[in-house]
Amino acid sequence: MPADLNWAIGGEAGDGIDSTGKIFAQALSRAGRHVFTSKDFASRIRGGYTAYKIRTSVDQVESVVDRLDILIALTERTIDENMNELHEGSVIIYDGERTTMQDVEIPDEMIGLDVPLKSLAEDAGGAIMRNIVALGAACEVTNFPIENLDESLEKRFKDKGQAIVENNKKAARLGQEYVAEECDADTDYDMETTDNDYVLLNGNEALGMGAIAAGCRFYSGYPITPATSIMEYLTGRLDSYGGKVVQAEDELAAINMALGAARAGARAMTATSGAGIDLMTETFGLVATSETPLVITDVQRSGPSTGMPTKQEQGDLNMALYGGHGEVPRFVVAPTNISECFWKTIEAFNLAEKYQTPVFLVSDLAMSVSEQTFPPETFDMDEVEIDRGKVVDEDSISDWQNEQGQFQPHFPNADGVSPRAFPGTEGGAHMTTGLEHDELGRRTEDTDIRIEQVDKRQQKVDTAREEEEWDYREYGEPDADTLVISWGSNEGAMREALGFLEEEGTDVRFISVPYIHPRPDLSDEIDAADEVIVVECNSTGQFADLLEHDTLTRVKRVNKYNGVRFKADELAEEIEAKLGEPTEVEAE
Amino acid sequence: MSSEIRFTDFKSDKQPTWCPGCGDFGTMNGMMKALANTGNDPDNTFVVAGIGCSGKIGTYMHSYALHGVHGRALPVGIGTKLSNPELEVMVAGGDGDGYSIGAGHFIHAVRRNVDMTYVVMDNRIYGLTKGQASPTSREDFETSTSPDGPKQPPVNPLALALAAGGTFIAQSFSSDSQRHTEIVKKAIEHDGFGFVNVYSPCVTFNDVDTYDYFRDTIVDLSETDHDPTDYDDAKSAILDADKEYQGVIYQDEGSVPFDEREGLSEPMHDIPDGAPDDAMDLVREFY
Repeated sequence: MPADLNWAIGGEAGDGIDSTGKIFAQALSRAGRHVFTSKDFASRIRGGYTAYKIRTSVDQVESVVDRLDILIALTERTIDENMNELHEGSVIIYDGERTTMQDVEIPDEMIGLDVPLKSLAEDAGGAIMRNIVALGAACEVTNFPIENLDESLEKRFKDKGQAIVENNKKAARLGQEYVAEECDADTDYDMETTDNDYVLLNGNEALGMGAIAAGCRFYSGYPITPATSIMEYLTGRLDSYGGKVVQAEDELAAINMALGAARAGARAMTATSGAGIDLMTETFGLVATSETPLVITDVQRSGPSTGMPTKQEQGDLNMALYGGHGEVPRFVVAPTNISECFWKTIEAFNLAEKYQTPVFLVSDLAMSVSEQTFPPETFDMDEVEIDRGKVVDEDSISDWQNEQGQFQPHFPNADGVSPRAFPGTEGGAHMTTGLEHDELGRRTEDTDIRIEQVDKRQQKVDTAREEEEWDYREYGEPDADTLVISWGSNEGAMREALGFLEEEGTDVRFISVPYIHPRPDLSDEIDAADEVIVVECNSTGQFADLLEHDTLTRVKRVNKYNGVRFKADELAEEIEAKLGEPTEVEAE
Repeated sequence: MSSEIRFTDFKSDKQPTWCPGCGDFGTMNGMMKALANTGNDPDNTFVVAGIGCSGKIGTYMHSYALHGVHGRALPVGIGTKLSNPELEVMVAGGDGDGYSIGAGHFIHAVRRNVDMTYVVMDNRIYGLTKGQASPTSREDFETSTSPDGPKQPPVNPLALALAAGGTFIAQSFSSDSQRHTEIVKKAIEHDGFGFVNVYSPCVTFNDVDTYDYFRDTIVDLSETDHDPTDYDDAKSAILDADKEYQGVIYQDEGSVPFDEREGLSEPMHDIPDGAPDDAMDLVREFY
């Protein structure tokens, strides 16, 4: 038996799949097991297949694989949808008393456990608890101590009263006992527990928590999958730190409200996805020319247009890099895993304020919905550093006034960074505009000033390129002939793919890049490798294009754009298949 | 400092490039006077403007100011006010900026009722692009892009504001300096979203809605028995298409601004040097 166990519950949207899955994931986390969760879901409130999947191990897990060991199937479709992941010895828990499940046929090599989920739930106090009965059954099959489930049931239901909690505990036990007594389930699955404490969170929660840690005080957004959960996380929590979350009437308003807050000196952020980032594009240039520090988060989903709103894609890289008419100086930062969603958000706020420039924080759907366990010290708040850049107050403002006593918000310092005076600062009154302007922020079409201000704004990015660390994360065999490069959330799957590749005798050096602009210069690394493969979730290879442009070297591409994230085992196979193949250009 | 503030302190050293005789001169002067008369000074005032002739106002006034994207001035003003309620936030726009490209934001800004002021320089024409129909142009007003008139009824911004739950709805005429100033002052003093539609004639591209037209037709509500606190009075005045009114048309004296309802009073710009003291609690929530 492999060290990891892959578990899922699936049914129709509206069946409580998510909350049931979360309860089990928390129980595993409380029991000191590592967890990585993923969701298959449709964008309908009710109707349509949805599943919550858990990969768990005592070792760290950070991706999904193409293998399912235990499946709780509330519908027949759930079994069909997962048939390619089920294998000899997989356990399928289902309720054969359910009219739609009476004709379910479990393949001979698998173990079907027909558990009367609904009847047992009714015995415990209500049919609504049938999913919890199934969790109890799953505990029995996997030799997982059911007491751990009790803790997460307490956490989930304590607001509804102790009676509800007790009923749920009873429901779980009825499921457990039924399997123990009535089913002939001879399986080897075993989930050992440890004394470790873990926290369990998804990328959007990590990103939101990072924003609060970074001192974000103002968030405006418009609901859109899969960015909404950032706004939901911040709602209430931001208020308790003296901040505010505003649901705007659209994304045009959302980014402009955040811009207004940032002009007032608050650390401000907006987040969106899909068509929302299209609308926000209108204001990118204004943020940059007015030199306003703003963090703009794009949780990418499958496009173009409405695309597949609940599916994974990394198709917005060019949008983040080039979106907006004219030339818009900016930073583009893309966290590579869930804990980095926290740290890179803090970095994004610092970059925004130090350089008074928009920062695009590019995440993606896979990272936004997946939960992962971490030791709590992964998010050590004592390590958080805040750098607000050149802010002037009443005492220092005279250093930045001209001879007429006017404050110069766009003064062209050598490093490109001007002083910033928050409104309310005496002697700092100034305007700024999306029009080309002089050092006072006033419109001009003077050709020399135009060049001076364009260069000044670009200089900030060049200064940052020199002064900040634009490093990458490296894994695998440093001297390997094969170099794999990816950006964003593929890191976890690729790290685990290294293990599969090693088993096949293939050594790989893996570079995971969190900075898109500016980005690390990979010329030497690419030069040193015999084969370079760039992995990303889009059809054209937008990051591969950038690397080819940077290094004038052709690279091979592994692209996935069917809406599903990379799985570790699948990715290892894809990379294996690319080895020895010519690049596209060589092939021509 | 505020006691010594004169309205000229709100003037920048840039000379306006509006056409001689443009209504926007009077509109802006009234705004500056009203700001000074309400105890504000340039360092605590934030002016937001959109695009169009009206959008130039930030350049000619002296205060903290942002000249932004077409139609989005109100959201900027809302973000600024909520994150620093100590600031006096005044948003300026035109009929195109506010009632066409920014119409959505207008309605939502009205219903959000943040404590700020919105002054719209309504000249019933697109002046900066040299004379095309605006949302407040008359149905038969001939322009370069509507040779037979727009053939759509003009937007009634006051009615939009009333329907959206406006708490302060007023109209003024830029050439009646004293009344205009008084009305904008009341809008500033209003606890909530103070909206003033200002007849601000375009002398270059609009030969219908002229100074003479407004002088001849305007009815000052302060000279009638109109009661601005009476919703039905306000409704009748606003829906009376035959009249051009000036004055405070509606004021909800019980208005409580959004910022106050949300408990916002402190500026958000001061933050600790590191994560908040109790930030590890946020991590523990995920146990």
